[in-house]
Amino acid sequence: MLEIIDVSRRYGEYLALRDVNLRVHAGEFFTLLGPSGCGKTTLLRSIAGFDHPDSGDILLDGKSLLHLPPEKRPVHTVFQSYALFPHMTVADNIAFPLRMAKLDKTEIARRVEEVLEDVRLPDKARHYPQALSGGQRQRIAIARALVNRPRLLLLDEPLSALDAKLREQMQIELINLQKDIGITFVYVTHDQGEALALSHRIAVMNQGEISQIDEPAQLYNCPGNRFVADFIGQCNILDGTVIESHSDRVDVELDGLGRISLSAHIPANLHSGERCALTLRPEKIRLAKQLEANDAELHFRGQVHDTLYMGDVTIYIVELGEGVKVEALLANSAPGRARLFDPGDTVEIAWHADAGHLVR
Amino acid sequence: MARPRKTLLLASALVYLFLYIPLAVVVVFSFNDSRLNAEWVGFTWKWYDQLFSNPQMLQAARNSLIIALAAALLSGVLGCLAGIALHRFRQKWLSALVLGPVAMPDILIGVSLLLTFMLFNIGLGSISIILAHVSFCIGFVALAVQARMSGMDDSLLEAARDLGASPWQSFRLITLPLLLPGVIAGMMMAFTLSIDDFVVTFFTAGVGSATLPLEIYSMVKIAVTPEVNAVSTLLMLLTLVLITVLSRFSPQSLRS
Repeated sequence: MLEIIDVSRRYGEYLALRDVNLRVHAGEFFTLLGPSGCGKTTLLRSIAGFDHPDSGDILLDGKSLLHLPPEKRPVHTVFQSYALFPHMTVADNIAFPLRMAKLDKTEIARRVEEVLEDVRLPDKARHYPQALSGGQRQRIAIARALVNRPRLLLLDEPLSALDAKLREQMQIELINLQKDIGITFVYVTHDQGEALALSHRIAVMNQGEISQIDEPAQLYNCPGNRFVADFIGQCNILDGTVIESHSDRVDVELDGLGRISLSAHIPANLHSGERCALTLRPEKIRLAKQLEANDAELHFRGQVHDTLYMGDVTIYIVELGEGVKVEALLANSAPGRARLFDPGDTVEIAWHADAGHLVR
Repeated sequence: MARPRKTLLLASALVYLFLYIPLAVVVVFSFNDSRLNAEWVGFTWKWYDQLFSNPQMLQAARNSLIIALAAALLSGVLGCLAGIALHRFRQKWLSALVLGPVAMPDILIGVSLLLTFMLFNIGLGSISIILAHVSFCIGFVALAVQARMSGMDDSLLEAARDLGASPWQSFRLITLPLLLPGVIAGMMMAFTLSIDDFVVTFFTAGVGSATLPLEIYSMVKIAVTPEVNAVSTLLMLLTLVLITVLSRFSPQSLRS
């Protein structure tokens, strides 16, 4: 339903968006994810009509939005600061888009009441926004943006001002809300955990370009490049050189670790001699004092360099020799076990030959 | 601990006495039943009675009120627009340009306005005084409005547009209501400045358009009569009320 076609935007010397192409399907929860300055907010503002691409087109249901001012686009935004009008009551805030659409008074009153029920704040109609808590303001901002049923809802880091507990609760509410009303969401965030938890699909952006568009699990397990691997979750990135590429496996010389044979997720057309990197999630690595030999696994011996106690898990940074460090983690599920190894301990680590993902 | 506090109290008491004794003298003598401002004789409303039966004085008071109201309204509208522009364009020289007349010596403004009115053949009277007052009041309103603007979340206006308001609607329904306290504070400031002004008015007033300060001055040229004390007291009272209301509206704009 929403198509972004070859959109570029330049601010002076700075290229905020570079040939961005993407398609959002109807009813989808789509997230633009990236570090600050990656262009995600510029893209969102271009869809809303507050910023104008230098080239390219933005289509909604096949029609270009670019010549329309913000008020004429069937798109509403939930702002990071909520942007509730401080001189209007909650009811008047929610009624605002309906009044602009020139609905009659009784219809407006009915819709306002209905949407206040939806966000479970029916008794706050007469309150002013300043009298509400952060979470309540958030819900009112969403109610206001949804009340006259836009084709598309844009959300600009809407949860960033909330504390961690409340954020998780609001995430669940957002998922349910989106499911119930079926309006397409385009969500902007720099928080990869939030993106993974909420989205049907995610576009990871970096320096004005789209790095990868995929479903959360695919993005996490099969990052398309180093940036995505590094940005989403914790990841070990082991550099190496391709020795020989076969149909079902590839032989790689990992820097400082020697030659190994990998069997999963091999990018197409790898050439011998090409530089590459193995991306490996810490939870895919086994760690023990001694590990039994297993042909399907790659074994290494190393020394614990540092430990980070996280509560539920402890992260071990293991030096495998010649400055190559690998992060592995163990759950602290056994009672009284805060830490299994100390810095300086010799340990063995292993991972499945198909556990990682090779990227260029 | 106790000693420095006592010293501080004493010092501030002296400063306040210095500030308010002259004003208090005027107020006290306005009720004194004697032609001479020398010694207390007895309480009387006589001078106020004379004041309210003096047609010249009443005319001056009427002039002053009309001029101050008109100047406040005009500079309210223009200053509001100027304040919005100052916020939106954020140019240093722009704010210097708007606020210039505020910092300029009154006598300079008075003389230059007189020359300008002569040059353009604008007759001296109420209109010329209003124009003159507006010229130095715009800056105060602009300042107050700019302060409100910079305290305002810019995304409010975007939200209004986003939710279907045209640029004019978002100005009328969002910007203006939020700026109103600033505009009103600025207008009250303008009213106070206009009703008190002597120097600029002196240069730009014509025959029959004398304001209260001019009238008082012309009376004082002969002698400081008790009527002068009475009218000064009333003027003081008006200003005091305005300042009190003003400080309720926006304490920060008053302090700056």
